[in-house]
Amino acid sequence: MWDHEIRAMASSHAIIAASVFMATVLPAVLLPGFSVYGSHLLWLYSVSGAVTAVSVAVFWLLGITPPTKKHTLGYKLSRLFRSCLYFFLSCLFFHTVVVLYGAPLIESALETFSLAVLLTSLTTLRCLCVLGPNVQAWIRVFSRHGAMSVWDTCLQITVACTVVGAWVGAFPIPLDWDRPWQVWPISCSLGAMIGFLTGLVAAPAWIHYHRRQLTYKCK
Amino acid sequence: MKGLPVLSLLLWMSSMFFVGLYLFVGGFLLVRLEVNRTSGCEDVLHPGQDLVDFCRAQPRFRRAVLLIIDALKIDFARFDPNNTMPRPYQNKLPVLQETASSRPLQSRLYPFRADPPTTTMQRIKGFTTGSLPTFVDVGNNFASSAILEDNLIHQLGKEGKRVVFMGDDTWENLFPKKFHRSLPFPSFNVKDLHTVDNGILQHLYNTIIGDDWDVLVAHFLGVDHCGHRFGPDHPAMADKLTQMDGVIRSVMDRLQNDTLLVVMGDHGMTDTGDHGGESQKETDAAIFLYSPSPIFPGPPTQNEPDVVPQTDLVPTLALLLGVPIPYSSVGQVLLPLFPPHGQTGGAVRGLSQLEALWINAKQVNRFLETYSGMAKDIPPESLLQLKDQFSRLSSEYLSSVGEGRSPSQQLASSLQAYLTSVRDTCRSTWARFNPLKMAAGLSILALACLMCFLLSELSVVLVREVGGGLKVPVVAALAAGVGVAAAQLLSQGFMELTWCLAAGAFSSELLFFWRARRLGSSPVSKNGTKGVKSGGWLTPRRLLIPPLLVPLLRCASLLSDSYVIAEGRVVTFLLFSLALYIPVHLNWDGLLLPPSHDPLKSAGLLPSPALSPSTVRKESSVLLSCLGLLVGSLYLSLSFHGCREEQGSCHPSSFLSPLSRFQDSQLKNIHYILSVLSLGLWTYLLRRCLCHYGNLNSSSGTVFTARWVLPLLSVSLGLHWAVSATPEDSFRNLGELIRLAQLALPRAAFCLLGLGLALIWLDPLTVFVKTRAAASSRSSSLPPPRYRASTGISPQAELHHLIPQIYQRMRRSLEDGELSGGGEAGGRPTVEAYGLGSVYSAPVLLFWGLLGVGLLLLHPEGMAVAFLLLLLEMGALLHIHASSTTLRGLHGAYSDGFCVPWTPVVLWSLAATQFFHATGHLPTFPSIQWGAAFVGFPDGHTGTVLPASLVTLNTFASQILFAVGCPLLLFWPLLCEVRGGRGEEGEDAVMEMRLRENPQQFSSALLQLSTRYLFVHGAQVFASVCAAAILRRHLMVWKVFAPKLMFEASGFLVSCVFLLIGVSLVLRVDLAVGRWFQRLIPESSR
Repeated sequence: MWDHEIRAMASSHAIIAASVFMATVLPAVLLPGFSVYGSHLLWLYSVSGAVTAVSVAVFWLLGITPPTKKHTLGYKLSRLFRSCLYFFLSCLFFHTVVVLYGAPLIESALETFSLAVLLTSLTTLRCLCVLGPNVQAWIRVFSRHGAMSVWDTCLQITVACTVVGAWVGAFPIPLDWDRPWQVWPISCSLGAMIGFLTGLVAAPAWIHYHRRQLTYKCK
Repeated sequence: MKGLPVLSLLLWMSSMFFVGLYLFVGGFLLVRLEVNRTSGCEDVLHPGQDLVDFCRAQPRFRRAVLLIIDALKIDFARFDPNNTMPRPYQNKLPVLQETASSRPLQSRLYPFRADPPTTTMQRIKGFTTGSLPTFVDVGNNFASSAILEDNLIHQLGKEGKRVVFMGDDTWENLFPKKFHRSLPFPSFNVKDLHTVDNGILQHLYNTIIGDDWDVLVAHFLGVDHCGHRFGPDHPAMADKLTQMDGVIRSVMDRLQNDTLLVVMGDHGMTDTGDHGGESQKETDAAIFLYSPSPIFPGPPTQNEPDVVPQTDLVPTLALLLGVPIPYSSVGQVLLPLFPPHGQTGGAVRGLSQLEALWINAKQVNRFLETYSGMAKDIPPESLLQLKDQFSRLSSEYLSSVGEGRSPSQQLASSLQAYLTSVRDTCRSTWARFNPLKMAAGLSILALACLMCFLLSELSVVLVREVGGGLKVPVVAALAAGVGVAAAQLLSQGFMELTWCLAAGAFSSELLFFWRARRLGSSPVSKNGTKGVKSGGWLTPRRLLIPPLLVPLLRCASLLSDSYVIAEGRVVTFLLFSLALYIPVHLNWDGLLLPPSHDPLKSAGLLPSPALSPSTVRKESSVLLSCLGLLVGSLYLSLSFHGCREEQGSCHPSSFLSPLSRFQDSQLKNIHYILSVLSLGLWTYLLRRCLCHYGNLNSSSGTVFTARWVLPLLSVSLGLHWAVSATPEDSFRNLGELIRLAQLALPRAAFCLLGLGLALIWLDPLTVFVKTRAAASSRSSSLPPPRYRASTGISPQAELHHLIPQIYQRMRRSLEDGELSGGGEAGGRPTVEAYGLGSVYSAPVLLFWGLLGVGLLLLHPEGMAVAFLLLLLEMGALLHIHASSTTLRGLHGAYSDGFCVPWTPVVLWSLAATQFFHATGHLPTFPSIQWGAAFVGFPDGHTGTVLPASLVTLNTFASQILFAVGCPLLLFWPLLCEVRGGRGEEGEDAVMEMRLRENPQQFSSALLQLSTRYLFVHGAQVFASVCAAAILRRHLMVWKVFAPKLMFEASGFLVSCVFLLIGVSLVLRVDLAVGRWFQRLIPESSR
């Protein structure tokens, strides 16, 4: 029923996943001394940058972004500005939540903030791309009857997977194994990344298998 | 409502848990058999040709002085001349190091390692019997009983040595009538730094100069008490250690040449001054040996031991003083104190190194043989290996002695290796479990958990059943118990209580399951469609919902030592996650926001939504702000945690130390003001809440408590803090007054607390009744009571008939707090009652608040802030629960009686664990706040029940508060319904009177709530029991898992007891409300 969208979704997800892969491999080849554990923050920013750039490009090309009512340049600019603002606010929000979850407040604030940036680029950015800078719509999407298109369902799945991945990623931190990936925030960011990749795979698959049951109210 | 079935079901439920725990703990905690044999002189035979009686021979030393300085840590004894800025506990005992370096032939200083548990009584047992302690003995610290095993004091007495003792009176209890002369001083009062020490010093020097003794034992307690009271890093510790330095110097000056001086600590202390565990700071004490005549063959060499185990003191002292080594000692002699082979005779008398080792090895081997004959717990292969080793060594030694040549030095080291391996074998095997009992306990506990879950699911059916369906299981339990007892009596001649209990519990549980199966299927036939629910439970889909997943994760976390160590943060993490789940879940169901207009209305999905967007928005904002409050208090509560010894880079919260330990007076004042402010806020918030719901108008006992007792209690608590924080040396002329206040203020608080709780119990109603003139009621449009017409009906029937009528009237007049009567112009109801809407929750809340202040009294002052956070978090939880219930109710999605869903219950019980940590407690024995036993009893106690219960109340304060407050979860959504939409629909607010309208649902909801709460706690207990059982050979079992199990189990017991108290308080209120209605009706109808 939704074959066209599913195919588009699968290919765009493949591109995003490839960008994550490239953002990991390329610096490792080009930069001496680069490793996911050792220079974790670098990896983190390179991945978030790649995901941001590729997602924006892909969703813009696919034309998922909700149509703007006005076509004036000023309106577009204000939309862009609001999107950037929301992006930044979402970073702050994630930072606060992570600190409340028990991350050190002052000691490794940079690491915590970098994790927040990663989480934002994996979740909020997608919301921005699919729904535009509209918080009401974001909240609406995450309810049982809130999804209004295949892309909304896909958004639900990937965001849930990412957040749960980051949450599960915190589990190994207290263990006394003394592994390099137990250092804050490596396990959480890896968890979020793995969750995100899982979401990328799971979303088209789930939608494909449930395409008969899916019905959407028209906008 | 039916109170009795609810109470009896809960009681039965908790007793099943108790039996399971009792069985498991009985099988799990270690038991070592005591060997009741004593060594004699004839056992110690010289291997040579000349058969000299060992005891008659001239011993190395005629006399010995044992100075035991309690908690003399090795760090205190060391002296570092380069340290220019010593801490108060450093460099205060220069005499030890000075002597050891200036007179190397006469003295040595070693670290002296204790075996855990490092409590004083265990240590005295350890270094007089020479055996290893077991875990069970920890509990005996309050009432130490006499040592029955062979020990050094007994041996000395048997050989006619005069043992004079002075100091800690624990010795007198351990060795009654064993001393030639004894001067015991009371040891229990930790705050008293000087009584014991000054008492000793009055007699010590005279005794040493005199000739009325052979062995003198003096046990000083000042250093230990100073550690408990102020911590090591305090000027008082410096004073105490300096005093001890002087004592040691004076004793050394008065010694004669044939006397050995041993200065030793029985254990160390942590950085906070506590002890009991097995960290190196607690186990490493100091031992200092000195004699006026040379005792060591030379200056310290490479062969010196790095650390001396405490068991080694017994054989060393015994052989030096010429008495046999006590029978069950497993220590080895301290070799440097004995001359090497071939240098005996002449100036140096006594045994050579090899002879001493040989005697020691023979004694240990004999003990091993006796012990392995009595108990089978030492693994046979290692026993065989040890026996072989000994027979080889003994033949080698005997042959070399027989041939007259001097044995090789290698023999000495292999004898030493033998002794060490015996001790290691003993240490590893005296962890003996009873697997049968453990398995029985585990299975009973597992069944009890399952039963708890079933009870919570079937509560509706069970309450309907007469007697809660409990008669058959109880009868079966009694029958099975008696049957097993009889069988045991017949077959063995005696009966073991544990197995009778086990049989009873097991049979009643099985019977319950059988009945539950029948009950679970019966409603299907009765109610048709409604009963589908009971058939389908226990499917994975229903069980794997997040509110149950979180407790599951919590239970799983108890199986890993890392998570147990980080428990405080783990629980906070889970609590936070589950709290975030509530709004997310509500949003997922589309209930958080008012539904957007266009799609739903046009689609007609919601038939006629009886909700206004403004109400939804209001409720959502209340929910979200309460969530913010909850999260904020969760985050702040993290800063009140204590530190385990395993957590390396961790600093305990500064709020944990009592104010009297602060040295900076400004900081002290700030802390004091903060504490008093939070106490005041606690009191104000409680009163504000009661006032808001109109419960402060009448003149009953509860209202009196709220108006007067609670504020007075807070005031006396604040004054008590002020008095106990004053430093001792200031206000010297007021000293008497201060001492009186320290005694009187807390006792007054205890009395007020008792008075308040009793008043609430006796007169729990907070309803203010206003009766209108009879004329106005006659003219009302309501029909006159009909029962007048029918005369022949019994009073009971009248009541049944009448209650609804009166009740309907009253419902119209229900208003809270404000004095606005019924609305109808001429139809004013006959009775107006104020505060009826919160008639159940008000006494429970007040009871809870009073109890909270009482428990705060037992804590250090700084914890007032943590208690305030607890109050805030509890309020936030209640409001979140109420709002989410209202939101669900508004959308018509939820109308399942008064049932409290899993999420708030799980949050509630996780919060209990979280605040256990946030009030500075930890599941380890050294972190128990013993100071609580002295609140109001600064001079110590005579009995053991009172201090033990005070310490229990202190330790489990959080569990107690959350258990007592548990019924509030049931009342709060009803209490908050005014704010919600239900009241706006033309119907008056009924609030908690809904419970009265549906007594059946009330009792089933109460039962369900309590069983759910018990289930979450019980599952945690079960998980920690599993952890202890599975990991019983784990490295960390005695350090982490066993203490965790003990704390979890005792916390569960306390929770059960206080949950029962809370539930019975609710039942008591219900009874009172029933009486009140009875009294009211005849009055108004006349």
